[in-house]
Amino acid sequence: MSRATKAGAIRAILVFALLLALPFVFTDHWIVNIAFFGLMFAVLAVAWNLIGGYAGYIWLGSIAFFGLGAYALAITFQHVPLTSGYLPFFALIPIGIAIGIVSIPLALLLLRVRAATFAVVSLAVLFVAEIFAFNLDGLTGGPQGLGMALPPFVVTTFERPFYLAMLVLLAAVMFCSWYLAKSKFGLMLFAIKGDEDRARGLGVRTTTVKVIAFALCCGFTGMAGGLWAYYITWIYPQFAMDPNTMFAIILMTYLGGKGTLWGPVLGAFLLAPAKEYFAYTLGGSAFYLIAYAALFLLVMFFLPRGVVPTVADFLARHRRRAAVLASGPRPAGEQVA
Amino acid sequence: MHLLIYGCILGILLGGVYGLMASGLALVWGIMRVLNIAQAVCVILGSYLAFTAFTVLHVDPMLAVLPISVVMFVFGVGIYYAFLRPIRRDRESLSILVTYAIAIGIEGALGLIYTTSLQHTGTSYATQSFEVGGFQIPTVELYAFLISVAILGLLALMLQRTRLGRALRAATQNPTAARLLGVDIDRVSAVGFGIGISTAAAAGAVYGMIYSFNPNSHYDLIGILLAIVVLGGFGSMRGAIVAALILGVIASVVFIYWPLWANLSFFGVVVVVLLFRPQGLWGVPNWATQ
Amino acid sequence: MSTVLSIRGLIAGYGWGDILHGVDLDVEVGSITCIIGPNGAGKSTLLKTISGLLAARSGDIMFEGRSIVGCTPTSVLSLGIGHVPQDRSLFPLMSVWDNLLMGGYILKDQALVRRRADEVAEMFPIVKERRHERAGALSGGQQKAVEIARSLMLQPKVVLMDELSMGLDPKSRHLAFDTVVRLNRAGRTVLMVEQNARAGLAIADHGAVMEAGTVKLEGSGKSLLDDQEVARLYLGRIDGSALSEGSTA
Ligand SMILES: Nc1ncnc2c1ncn2[C@@H]1O[C@H](COP(=O)(O)OP(=O)(O)OP(=O)(O)O)[C@@H](O)[C@H]1O
Ligand SMILES: [Mg+2]
Repeated sequence: MSRATKAGAIRAILVFALLLALPFVFTDHWIVNIAFFGLMFAVLAVAWNLIGGYAGYIWLGSIAFFGLGAYALAITFQHVPLTSGYLPFFALIPIGIAIGIVSIPLALLLLRVRAATFAVVSLAVLFVAEIFAFNLDGLTGGPQGLGMALPPFVVTTFERPFYLAMLVLLAAVMFCSWYLAKSKFGLMLFAIKGDEDRARGLGVRTTTVKVIAFALCCGFTGMAGGLWAYYITWIYPQFAMDPNTMFAIILMTYLGGKGTLWGPVLGAFLLAPAKEYFAYTLGGSAFYLIAYAALFLLVMFFLPRGVVPTVADFLARHRRRAAVLASGPRPAGEQVA
Repeated sequence: MHLLIYGCILGILLGGVYGLMASGLALVWGIMRVLNIAQAVCVILGSYLAFTAFTVLHVDPMLAVLPISVVMFVFGVGIYYAFLRPIRRDRESLSILVTYAIAIGIEGALGLIYTTSLQHTGTSYATQSFEVGGFQIPTVELYAFLISVAILGLLALMLQRTRLGRALRAATQNPTAARLLGVDIDRVSAVGFGIGISTAAAAGAVYGMIYSFNPNSHYDLIGILLAIVVLGGFGSMRGAIVAALILGVIASVVFIYWPLWANLSFFGVVVVVLLFRPQGLWGVPNWATQ
Repeated sequence: MSTVLSIRGLIAGYGWGDILHGVDLDVEVGSITCIIGPNGAGKSTLLKTISGLLAARSGDIMFEGRSIVGCTPTSVLSLGIGHVPQDRSLFPLMSVWDNLLMGGYILKDQALVRRRADEVAEMFPIVKERRHERAGALSGGQQKAVEIARSLMLQPKVVLMDELSMGLDPKSRHLAFDTVVRLNRAGRTVLMVEQNARAGLAIADHGAVMEAGTVKLEGSGKSLLDDQEVARLYLGRIDGSALSEGSTA
């Protein structure tokens, strides 16, 4: 293992150990609740980053798959007696795989276009999913929504199983993200982001690469949606597939640093609590929207590259200066590690 | 059959209004490669301005169109300088996010001022209709259509005949060459964005006579407008207008038979476009845009 | 003779590195100056920097005794420098006539613009014949003619022409060079970049060879044509075929 990956592994283990300890240290419902949403948005942002950050596609249909996962679990609930506690968690795995597979033909269709056209068409996916959720009321309950049985967990630690399940999901999606970025596959995605035509000319099988990233993104997003549905036990179309949630995911990714491993996680941890807090105090009102818009614009204009790349740049410059000042015989690389 | 023809007539009337909204979107895209997600909320803003003019000042929305266009032109120019001009890198993608933020900001502001309850500009002729060859044509829809066509006509005339119009087209088709001939792309972009926003608001003023609206309505509307520009081909105003008419007719006919699914027809068309003609009906040839 | 355009130590580039590494060049009033050199030497970059499309990073460009470094394309244009760029620069969906009118964009007086357009159209039959057609529907050579015509709308003192003959058949190429000579006789100074080095130098009063972002060699058009070294490096082999090509041009 190289020095860099070892440092990365230690960092990951540390972060996940802290996250694992959190619900046992803080047992207040509101804290674990907010932490659950933090994790959920981290999963969503890391998944979005696979296609939006690595490949540079503005993918606005992600939240449709969140809703799809939510409805898949809720509808399964209606027809299969899954009520026994932990079983739905495991049902998420086939649901995620199924959604990933279902998304492949859609990816093949959507990825015929790029850039702004792709963004528009992917937004259309979101709207179409919303229309279906509203109108197929035999299946989805329409505007009345769909309910599930209350999970039979101990009230005092009700959130804990959901939190831990979401943490597992985060570990899984981050592993995928890390593995993809390190592998040849990641290089291909970066090549696509740089100049897709040139990448194709150099023999990168651009379509395959994009479709795989796309399917992974959709699968994980769907699993997060299913878990969310089980947690809140009642889903409505306008919450399961909210355009504002979609853009919140993107904002988090940009804030943390798109195209990086930890950026989306950091962005989610910074913004998800704020989102929950403002939604609670401002109640989804006009003020909430204005605050959201202002924050969005601030990030776009003052931190367009995100926290992680900016800080990394700063540190690199700082170290270089330190190395120059020390001007010892040792190469700069030694000190960095 | 009768119902089908009736659907087509209503579809064309509505399509004209959509055409006005979407042509601004196409114009802005053509000039500066900005996909203005806030276009729809500016339509709603126009609806509210006309609503206020009507309820407070008792001005007919059709008369209010002109002052609203002027005010919104200035508003659009301001938005361009404040939020769009600073985006230098990766404009195509970032502008989507930035204009989305602008959209929800305006939505929030509208919610503060007008609350979120549904409004409607109920003029005296709002419920009137007249009969032509056995078809009941609603008066407002006809007026809205006529006003939209008139504005589109003026816009076309301006683009074809004036110095500014030539500069706008030139900047769309070959920005570098336009710069070499002395066109200030920044200024032209600002003006173009102002025009785009003001057409949206003008369309909104008459739209508010036909439909009820609240600050949230822009979500449905932007889906429709984007479907129109995808079908018409990004950046082509003619494409946007033709696509608006086509989609207006399809949606109206679908509405008559399956009212719940009318909006889906917009996106169904997008899928067909993607499959068979990804550049849309009037996609500009590639070399022209480089 | 006096210099109308004088470039000293010009450095410019696009992103990170510099492309021009200190270019020195003088253009005499009423002359035809021809720049030749291999692909990527920075010839187009030099013209773009003169016309203000690209910012100079260092050095000076003097036009009629005043520095035009830092000027916008608009002000360079209004001072009297026109630029016909290397790549297609017509507005493909606009009519030929509207393209011509765009050449006079910076003039506020529309009557004057129309008058100039009529004058220019007299010199370029193609513009007159196909005035209502979309410019994109013209052939490459015809488009070049319209581009030249358009650059004359402001009656510039100096015209920068980037690879005029690119993609033209021998006859059109001949016509294009003829046009340059005609313009020059009518009193315009021409600074042209040419891959058809022999033909270009043949009509030029002054020649310059650019390589790797600097002017390597300068001299009268004829002296460069006759120079053995230049011939070997930049004009291709000197055998029968190359010579006969030179003589037909
Ligand atoms: N828009 C641009 N952005 C970045 N680099 C550029 C750009 N245009 C040109 N270059 C680079 O500048 C260098 C010089 O290009 P330039 O177009 O000036 O060459 P040239 O001498 O005109 O060549 P040619 O004979 O092929 O036209 C090249 O290495 C090219 O890669
Ligand atoms: Mg060149």
